[in-house]
This record gives sequence, C-alpha cells and structure tokens, in this order.
Amino acid sequence: MAQITYREALNQALREELERDERVFIMGEEVGYFGGAFKVTDGLLAVYGEKRVRDTPISELTIVGSGIGAAMGGLKPIVELMTVNFALLAMDQIVNHAAKIHYMFGGHAKVPIVIRAPQGAGHQLGAQHSQSLEAYFLHSPGLRVVIPATPADAKGLLKTCIRQENPVIFLEHESLYGVKGEVPEGEHLVPLGRANVLRVGKDVTIVAYSKCVYDALAAADALENEGIDAEVIDLRTLNPLDIATVIDSVKKTGRAIVVYEGWRTGGAGAEIAAQIYEAAFDHLDAPVERVATLDTPMPYNKRLERAALPSAADIVKVAEQLV
Amino acid sequence: MALEREKHLAERALLTIDEALLMDLYRRMVLIRRFEDKVAEMYSRGKITGFCHLYAGEEAVAVGAISALYDKDYVVSTYREHGHCLTKGASPRAVMAELFGKSTGLSGGHGGSMHMFDADRRFMGGYAIVGGGLPLAAGLGLSIVYKEESEVVCCFFGDGALPQGAFHESLNLASLWKLPVIFVCENNFYGMGTLVQNAICQEELYRFAEPYKMPGVRVDGMDVLAVYQAVLEAAAHAREGHGPSLIEAVTYRYRGHSMSDPAEYRSKREERIWQERDPIKKLRAKLLHEGHSTDTRLDDIEREVVASIDDAVEFAEQSPEPSIDELGRYVYVE
Repeated sequence: MAQITYREALNQALREELERDERVFIMGEEVGYFGGAFKVTDGLLAVYGEKRVRDTPISELTIVGSGIGAAMGGLKPIVELMTVNFALLAMDQIVNHAAKIHYMFGGHAKVPIVIRAPQGAGHQLGAQHSQSLEAYFLHSPGLRVVIPATPADAKGLLKTCIRQENPVIFLEHESLYGVKGEVPEGEHLVPLGRANVLRVGKDVTIVAYSKCVYDALAAADALENEGIDAEVIDLRTLNPLDIATVIDSVKKTGRAIVVYEGWRTGGAGAEIAAQIYEAAFDHLDAPVERVATLDTPMPYNKRLERAALPSAADIVKVAEQLV
Repeated sequence: MALEREKHLAERALLTIDEALLMDLYRRMVLIRRFEDKVAEMYSRGKITGFCHLYAGEEAVAVGAISALYDKDYVVSTYREHGHCLTKGASPRAVMAELFGKSTGLSGGHGGSMHMFDADRRFMGGYAIVGGGLPLAAGLGLSIVYKEESEVVCCFFGDGALPQGAFHESLNLASLWKLPVIFVCENNFYGMGTLVQNAICQEELYRFAEPYKMPGVRVDGMDVLAVYQAVLEAAAHAREGHGPSLIEAVTYRYRGHSMSDPAEYRSKREERIWQERDPIKKLRAKLLHEGHSTDTRLDDIEREVVASIDDAVEFAEQSPEPSIDELGRYVYVE
C-alpha cells in the first residue's frame, strides 16, 4: 500500500469523487489557483476547471449558504473554509440553516454538503487562528461531525461524507497534513460512527480524536515502559458517536482518559465523559479524566502555547495517577 | 439550448396581459387576503400558535412576482411567507394544516408558520433569520447555471434584511458569477418596529443594485401589474445569462410585524393612506372600469376563494397531530 500524506489522501479523495460524480464540486477561498491555503485542493483546478473548482470571495456566510442552496438544487458541494476560525462567520448558515432544513421542512428537503475546515493550534498563530471548535458543531443536532486522525481515514471518511446526504463538518488538524501513512488506492470508504481501537490494553482507556490520537499513542508507549497497559481509541467521528466501543473498553479497563484539543470546559470530551458515566458508572474504578486545552485564548509565545495544549506527557501524568 | 427556447418569453408575456391573466392575479390576491384574515381568526381562537406574520397589504408583491415565473422556477422566502407559498401553488389545505401543526401540513407540523416548504412547487422554504434566504437563493442560482438549465430563482426579503451582511455578500456573489436570481425586496418601511430610515443609510433601497452592477428598480408594490412587469424583465435578463436583478417593491403591511404586535409605532392615518391604495381594490376597479369583469363575477371569485379556505380549515381541523414517533425523525437523512 502506498505511503502518502494526510494532505495527499484528502486530495485523492476529492479527485476520485470529482471523477465519479458530476454533481460534486468544490468551492472556497483560494481552492483553485492557489491550490488551497493548505494545498489540499492542489492540482484539481487544472483537471476539473473553474466550474467544479471555484474560487470564492471572502464571504464565509455566503460561501456556506450558497453551498447549502446548491445542495438543495441537487448538487453535492464540498465547501472549504480556509480555517475553522472563519466558520464562526458562517454559523448562521451552518446552525440555523444546514442543520435545520431537513427537519424543519418535515423531511422534504435535504442538504448534502460537506464543509471542510482545517483547525487546531501548535503553530504560534495566536488567539484567532488556533481554535478547535468541534464542540460547537457537536452541539447542533442535524450536523455530522467528522474528524479523522490518519491519512487512510482522511480519505475514506471524506469519500463517505461526500456520498451521504447530511450536512457534514469535516475537521482537519493543521498539524496532520504532513503526516504519512498507508492509504488504500482507489475505492476506500470508512463508515461514519465507527471508532477505531488502535492499541489494545487492559489498564486504562485513552479516548482521543484528530491530532490527540498521536499524543495518546505516544503516551501509551511511554506508559508501557512503566508497566501500564493502555488501550487507545480513535473516535474518528463525533457525530455519529460510537460510544459503544468506548463503553466496551471502559468496562474492561475500569478507567478512562478523554483527550481533546478543544477547551476543557464544554468540550467534546466533556460529553464523552458524561456518556461514559451514564453507561459504565458501575465499572469505573476511578473518575473519568480529561486532558484538554487550558481555558484560555491561545497565546502567541511558543512556551505558553505548548503549556496550554494537551500533550503526551500530560496524558502520562494523569494515567499514572489513575492506575 | 435551453436558453434559446425561452428567449422571447418576456416580450411575449408582456403582450399577453390579457383578461385571463388579470382575473388570475385578482383571484390569487384575494386568496392571500382572505387566507390571512382566516389565519388571524384562527390565531385568536388558539388554533394557530407560535410566531405568525401576516402578509395582508403586500399581496401585489407575491402575486405580481410569482405570476411572472414558470412553475419550474424557484422561490425562496422569509418568515412572512404564506402568500408566496400559496401563490407558488401550494394547496391552502396543506398550508393551513401546517399552521395548525398537523401531520398533513406542508412540513408535517415540524415547521409552522415560518417554515413552509413545497418541493413539488419549487417553493424552497420560509426562513426565519433575517437575510438567511439570500445565500440559499444564490446557491440555487449556482445549481441552475451548473446544470446549464434555464430556471430562475426569485428571492423575497424585507427592508430589514438590507443591513445584513448576507444581503451584501449574496448580491456580490450573484453578480460576480452572473447567477439567475431575482432579489425582490419588500419594502414595507418597518423592520419590525424600526423605520427604514433609522436602519439603513440609503433608504432608496433599489440603489444598492448599482454598486453590485446589476439592474435595480423601484416599483409600486401596491400595483400588481407593476411588480409583474418588473419581475418578467428581471427573469428574462436572468434567463439570457445576464445575472441577477434587484427589485424594490414599495408596499405596506396592514397588520403588525406579527400577531403579537399592535403596531403602535405608526399612526392610524398612515395606515389609512396605504389602505386607500389597496392592491386588490385597485385591480378590482381596473377590471370593472375596463369591462373585463362584473361585480357579480368578482364576488363569485371571492366566494369560491372563501369556500376553499373554509375547506382548508376543515381539513386542518380534521387532520391528525404528528405522532410522537415523529419527534426524532428527519434530524438526519437515514
């Protein structure tokens, strides 16, 4: 199997879906001639032309809103927001429109749109360019929230998202674009709502998604040296949420740590922790722990930024106290 | 190609403002007026609840505009959409049932007054966020251009939407990409209770067309034929591939912003002046004066319309509530 980057895997998925279905098109800021701010759409304009790879003005509300309208008109738009921070300008269309339209019109309308957005911190981009906002979308019924960690999942989940009919928020951590991994060529679909047990263990369950999966795996390696056997679960999608896989694991280990890069308070991890308590309280030997970003806007200074973010070392420390 | 087939639609239709069309416009306006009267009555009797925004007074805008479209053309609307929805062809039964929250309603009781939708009639929904429908209309326009089809999108919004970013972003995008969208601003002078000149620096709203490089006109929104002609021209312009237009239809809502608004921010005198310009009375006078119809015939139309509305109420009354199992349905497409 080919070793390619997360970025290339996404590009491959887009290419294959553009090829497969005439209704699929891409629009967003700099997706065409620039090749995408993170080069995810690189080379697509040359092959598919301006009709299907559309550069837009800087109008996030209307980029998303017109994507919704196009979807209602029978197309399959893939909208790229340059970063998730700009999704806040489009929240009315995402939350009040995309998430509601199928329901409030009694099932008579559908909005098959995929909204891709890079997110995450780690590059000293300061308070307005470093956010992880998955919890905002998770809080809106009607939206699928997909957040792959590996190149293979990036490809397989994106292809699945393009083919299904609900509005999707597809979140890509900016630090993952260069990560390499084995990715099946051609048809590769990963179903939504199926978590991936990446490492089997018996002492503690570490639940993570997106970039934090790598921190969780690094922590598990470190813990192994200390004789702690950690199980690592990559959720892959937050809506639908495969809580069953998490609960099965927690029933076995009796301990859980939820790791996420959103803010600690009100983050997706808080929801996951609550669901673990609801379904597995009697199996827990210790409180569910959260390792997340400090409740502060992201500072510019490198040392401060690192301190604000969750790390493998943080996970190790918490696990040591738990077990 | 498709555009070629419709090329001279506008010219042809302009020549055919005949008696049948005039009678049809009259019937459609009466339907809205009587329907809204009945809705107000049902609201006061507690049959209809929630937010409810009536369209009485503005009938000429919906009827003039939508009558100038084909069935296949799209309409996008606001929370004051009963009139647009009925004129696009939705059945009064299904609209009334939706207002009653019944399972037979257009949106199965999930939507209510503000969220009607009728895919078959290409009525693409009422949206309750001011300006929220404009980006959707641009997107529908994009889908038409993408598929190389010849429909147009007629997007209604109030004067209150003009200060919204969505208005400016959508006009820019629609013009930039030459999307077949007719932006119809229903200027009824009040965004809820705020007078238009207290909300917008440029109160001649059609002038916003100029910076966005599209045709812009102000029409008398109390004159159904004026609206009809303006939309016909805008539709031809769009179908020929020239892109969007902005039409400001100056009109007046006879009732408050919603059923809970007594409209104390405006004078009774002002209301009377506008009611003297009533679009239905105006067309009725024309029909009689020009010998197209008689009082008897027009009264018959009124009676037929009233009967259809009574039938709609009866239908809504008799229809079942949505089952509790419906609660979780349609959150996702399964």
